[in-house]
Amino acid sequence: MKGFLALEDGTVFRGDSVGAEGLACGEAVFTTGMAGYQEAVTDPSFAEQLVCFTAPMVGNYGVADERSESRKAHAKAVLMREARGPAWTDWLQEHGVVALTGIDTRSLVLKLRDAGAMRAVVVSGSGSVEEAVATASAQPSMAGRALVEAVSTDAPYRYAEEGRASIAVVDYGVKRSVLHRLVAAGAQVTVYPHDVDADELAGYDGVLLSPGPGDPSPLQQQTAIVRDLLGRTSVLGICLGHQVLAMATGHETFKLPFGHRGANHPVLQRSDGRVLVTSQNHGFAVRATDATEATHVSLYDDTVEGLDFPDLRARSLQFHPEAGPGPHDAWPLIEQWVDEVVAGA
Amino acid sequence: MPKRTDINTICLIGSGPIVIGQAAEFDYAGCQALKVLREDGYRTIVINSNPATIMTDPGFADRTYLEPLDLEGVADVLRRERPDALLPTLGGQTALNLARELAESGILEELGIELIGAKLDVINRAEDRQLFKDAVESCNLHVPNSIIVTDIAQIEGVATPAVVRPAFTLGGHGGGFANNRDELHAQVEIGLRESPIGQVLVEESVRGWDEFELEVVRDRLDNVVIVCSIENLDPMGVHTGDSVTVAPQMTLPDEAYQELRDAAAAVVRAVGVDTGGSNIQFARDRVSGDIRVIEMNPRVSRSSALASKATGYPIAKVAAKLAVGYTLDEIPNDLTGTTPASFEPTLDYVVVKFPRFAFEKFPGADRTLGTQMKSVGETMGIGRTFGEAFLKAMRSRELDPGAATPWQTLADVPEGVHPFFEEEIWRIQEALLDIAGSSIDDLVADDWLRLKRLGLSDADIADAADVPEAAVRARRRDCGVRPVFRRVDSCAAEVEAASNYFYSTWGETDEAPPTGHRPRVVILGSGPNRIGQGVEFDYCCVHAVATFRELGYEAVMVNCNPETVSTDYDTSDRLYFEPLDAESVLAICDRERPAGVVIQFGGQTPLKLARAIENAGYTILGTQYDAVDLAEDRERFGGLLRAHDLRSPAWGMAGTSEDAVRVANEIGYPVLIRPSYVLGGRAMRVCYTDEEVSEVPVLDRVLVDRFLENAVEVDVDALCDGTDVYIGAVMQHVEEAGVHSGDSACVLPAPGLTPAQTEEIQRTVRVLGRSLGVVGLLNVQLAITPDGGLYVLEANPRASRTVPFVSKATGIPLVASACRLSTGARISDLGLQKERPPKQWSVKAAVLPFARFPGSDPVLGPEMRATGEVMASAADLPTALAKAERAAGRALPSSGAVFLSIRPAEQKSAVPIAATLLGLGFKLFATEGTAGTLAGAGLEVEAVRKLSEADGDELTVIDLIRRGRCDLVINTPEGRNARSDGYAIREAALSRRVPCITTMAGAATAVHAIANARAEQAVSLQERIDAETRTA
Repeated sequence: MKGFLALEDGTVFRGDSVGAEGLACGEAVFTTGMAGYQEAVTDPSFAEQLVCFTAPMVGNYGVADERSESRKAHAKAVLMREARGPAWTDWLQEHGVVALTGIDTRSLVLKLRDAGAMRAVVVSGSGSVEEAVATASAQPSMAGRALVEAVSTDAPYRYAEEGRASIAVVDYGVKRSVLHRLVAAGAQVTVYPHDVDADELAGYDGVLLSPGPGDPSPLQQQTAIVRDLLGRTSVLGICLGHQVLAMATGHETFKLPFGHRGANHPVLQRSDGRVLVTSQNHGFAVRATDATEATHVSLYDDTVEGLDFPDLRARSLQFHPEAGPGPHDAWPLIEQWVDEVVAGA
Repeated sequence: MPKRTDINTICLIGSGPIVIGQAAEFDYAGCQALKVLREDGYRTIVINSNPATIMTDPGFADRTYLEPLDLEGVADVLRRERPDALLPTLGGQTALNLARELAESGILEELGIELIGAKLDVINRAEDRQLFKDAVESCNLHVPNSIIVTDIAQIEGVATPAVVRPAFTLGGHGGGFANNRDELHAQVEIGLRESPIGQVLVEESVRGWDEFELEVVRDRLDNVVIVCSIENLDPMGVHTGDSVTVAPQMTLPDEAYQELRDAAAAVVRAVGVDTGGSNIQFARDRVSGDIRVIEMNPRVSRSSALASKATGYPIAKVAAKLAVGYTLDEIPNDLTGTTPASFEPTLDYVVVKFPRFAFEKFPGADRTLGTQMKSVGETMGIGRTFGEAFLKAMRSRELDPGAATPWQTLADVPEGVHPFFEEEIWRIQEALLDIAGSSIDDLVADDWLRLKRLGLSDADIADAADVPEAAVRARRRDCGVRPVFRRVDSCAAEVEAASNYFYSTWGETDEAPPTGHRPRVVILGSGPNRIGQGVEFDYCCVHAVATFRELGYEAVMVNCNPETVSTDYDTSDRLYFEPLDAESVLAICDRERPAGVVIQFGGQTPLKLARAIENAGYTILGTQYDAVDLAEDRERFGGLLRAHDLRSPAWGMAGTSEDAVRVANEIGYPVLIRPSYVLGGRAMRVCYTDEEVSEVPVLDRVLVDRFLENAVEVDVDALCDGTDVYIGAVMQHVEEAGVHSGDSACVLPAPGLTPAQTEEIQRTVRVLGRSLGVVGLLNVQLAITPDGGLYVLEANPRASRTVPFVSKATGIPLVASACRLSTGARISDLGLQKERPPKQWSVKAAVLPFARFPGSDPVLGPEMRATGEVMASAADLPTALAKAERAAGRALPSSGAVFLSIRPAEQKSAVPIAATLLGLGFKLFATEGTAGTLAGAGLEVEAVRKLSEADGDELTVIDLIRRGRCDLVINTPEGRNARSDGYAIREAALSRRVPCITTMAGAATAVHAIANARAEQAVSLQERIDAETRTA
């Protein structure tokens, strides 16, 4: 079956449908990781997005349940130059993900890079291009969209019973890899909904503000909770959690033209001049600053990749130290944080 | 922190002649390093014995030494130049081994030279098996279970199957696989002999496991980036140099890939490489996921050159900058200009590398692929799918008709290939079957697109549909299906990149079409290195690119060989990494609309495309294709020679074996038989009898030439502007006519010519240049028979193999001059020095790969077998000759014993040679016949039995050689019987590494060199050229 992608500016890319049937609306973005397609699609941070893989071939090594970063697919559609199945394409169908193969992904990337991430529609099967473009432009922009509520857990749950430190994870759209790394670091892990009360969190040795989708700026409630929490326990923010901490400490966030999504982004760790090759997945960022609390900086566009407020016992990372997918260079940062939580508790 | 300021002069060691396992990738690495070091203000010294390298061009370093790459040769240069630092990580295993020797012998300390890039302890940890094993195990990783053996007795109790790996050898040389105890014993013996430190590793066999390689770069702050992952299609057990490989890895999920990434970083840290690139090989069990660390090279390698071309990340350049103190975040990525070298490349395309083999040149040799590398070159294909990349690389091999090779066709998928790749290949085969069952007229645009996206060429489709390629191309174009070009940018388009590096694909938008206003030239490269068409042609292409740029053109390079300088995106204005076939080249021309296409520098490869290029309406710059045809078509060329009263050996053409016998009888024996239109003397053979002639297989048709016995062969490189001819050099071959010019040593100036002969040769070349209508380079091969007759053997109106050698020996810029001529300049405009023989003596010696092909007779003949060459110059000929032999790894002995076994017809001429050797204090051994002749001449000689005459405990010649009691073997062959005594002698010499000379002319020259060579201090190329070009 044929299918097409229509961007809000009227550009159309045609391909063959290999996933679920129907129509998917969302923000068209691209990720440059060469492996880890299943992890990406199940990452809640890709909610409301149509993901274009720059990898030349996708689906080569099939699928495995343990690779999913959450219980379901969050990306609404995937766009590929060359999909390989049947395991991967079957999985996409089963998980209701609209998917096109044979797409001129490089041209799409060049378009998104130059014009910025765009609202778009993917149609599997025949459909009117005009209607699709109209649907695409009628969507709300990702800027200003709060998506955390839709992907957060409804009720708290215990992820790991035993541990050397009690860690509460605030679920803005948490990935399994984050929880895995905490367990690997020896933590007892409890996951809370995004709007959990600060007093509840303050009882833990440490609080991890999770990654998640959407624009941080409308997350005023979550920011207030974090502000309330600061100083009462150790806090580590990752990705969206980093942005929420940044807002709680007076930093400004903004929408990147087309985001950072991939597994090869170098980040300078100012304390020792080391460069970490990191996994990244964000469409919004914390604006570049000379402030001393900016511990990590993107070697690509100077955006803030890490903050540290020793007095508040709070720190954060824009990139994904938990990887999944991507390099493990920053794994130790989670373990070190847990070590410090244990030492401070 | 910026670069180091405490060092000023840096010496770089090259990798020497092209041999199997070490090709032009190290020239590419060396050139990149020299460029950045000079940009950073360092004074640079280069030592490399290989004249066909760009890195040894006088403009590339401050001082260049074409000296033997042995301890003595390098130490000599270091003593003279006193550099502050030695950078040994860019010259392959040769440079690394030399660095180790220099450090351990105390020379570096004595001269106060610092090793940069890799310290001695790092080299030892990476290369010494036990130290490496300890380092790997210190990071909770494993090498295959193994024991280190220095004595054959130690293999008691070792389990088989097992792999034997000698320490410190090239490309796993001397190693192999052992299925059982007997094989293990034999293989360990070979390994112990081959290893310069007499050490081998016998290890657990991981044959059949998947094989991966990671290219790692680390800086002094311990930042590590993985430049590229490479997956081998041929599983473990086949040397990675002989495997088809793909990048990025295709079959591992992220978690498994990251495990390798972590392991690679850990190993690099444990071994302690603190600045530069390393290559790490892993075996991984497909089912259990178990990992073994197989090997690590603490240096730039063949795989890192491939990774650089595959990703656009210049590993050698970065490694050189790291070695002088920069860190990864301080080095900009050339392709993007905005991101740092710490940005790991990400690919939105697939790259496949194919090895190029030359088994057909080594009849009798074992063709099984194993742990010892046997391929002589490689090709690379880039595509948006595996199929596109795979088929591009596969067809880029340009296989000779009738040449058997691994992966000959799509059906030849070796056992153990990952099912993912099997399925991809099957997908292509299915499409071909479909085509065969239908008509191309029924295909619509979507069908064409699907076929092209699978990677099929017009020729593939034409073959399957049994129609002409041109018909396929026309039909496809009618359907509006044309290729587009994509950029290699190292970042999957995430960052804006003005890269000039392109590949073709299908069904997408064309990216960055050319916009410049300067006229363009398309320069066609020479494709994969192979015997007969090697790096010399790449040297010419690179010079052509530079010259056309100077002349105001945009120079566009097309080539498919990842090992070369021409495929460095830094070399040309635009680089198309594409197969050199008509479809690809015409597509590039259609896009570039060049003012001209340059075909005279890439060997035979571009010439094959000339007709198609002309037919498509493009202009060929310089010598027109018709002149090529005139020179190569025997009938036409014969007519031309007759018209000018020039002599050539009598010849005839034959279409069948019977025909060939008849022609041979007409022109008289001996005859030389060869297929027409082939470079490198493929399948050439000298025959003395009807029986021998009838054994020659006749494909299509063969040429039968009268073979001139005992003739002196002369090679001339000249320039012609269509009218006037400039003689660049008249060279004389050491071996007589009948030994392929590529295998023969070559001397400049020609020592054996009378002034009258030289004049006649020059006159002949002038006539040929003018009458062929050559505009550019002309190479002529001639022979002078013992009676003084001059014969034209062949004329090649294109760059020859000797162009780099001549350019370096004389200082004449042959390629640049040819380019200027092709754009309309006259000889008189070029300002060339007066025609005259050079003042210094230069010798080019061939390097032969016989040791890699046991079973094949190591005797010189009309079929070329050399993989590379070395050059040496000196104030006198014997010194230059001796140095060239040393550089070629066959240092002539100054004392000891010489064994002679000479065919009866030549025994008399062996007498003076033997007498000289006796006079120099050598002891002589000879087989019975030879000994009789020598004794009869009053010389003291000990007769020894041949193998076939073996009798009880008495020593045979084979024992003599194997026991190391003989330092030089002179053996001229008696026929083509590969299992003859002569063969046994030559093979024994080869495996014992005793220099073995197989022609009388070679023997005479060698003995002359032994008797008269002097010690002479190294002189740089810049000084030599200065002396040559100063007006005399």
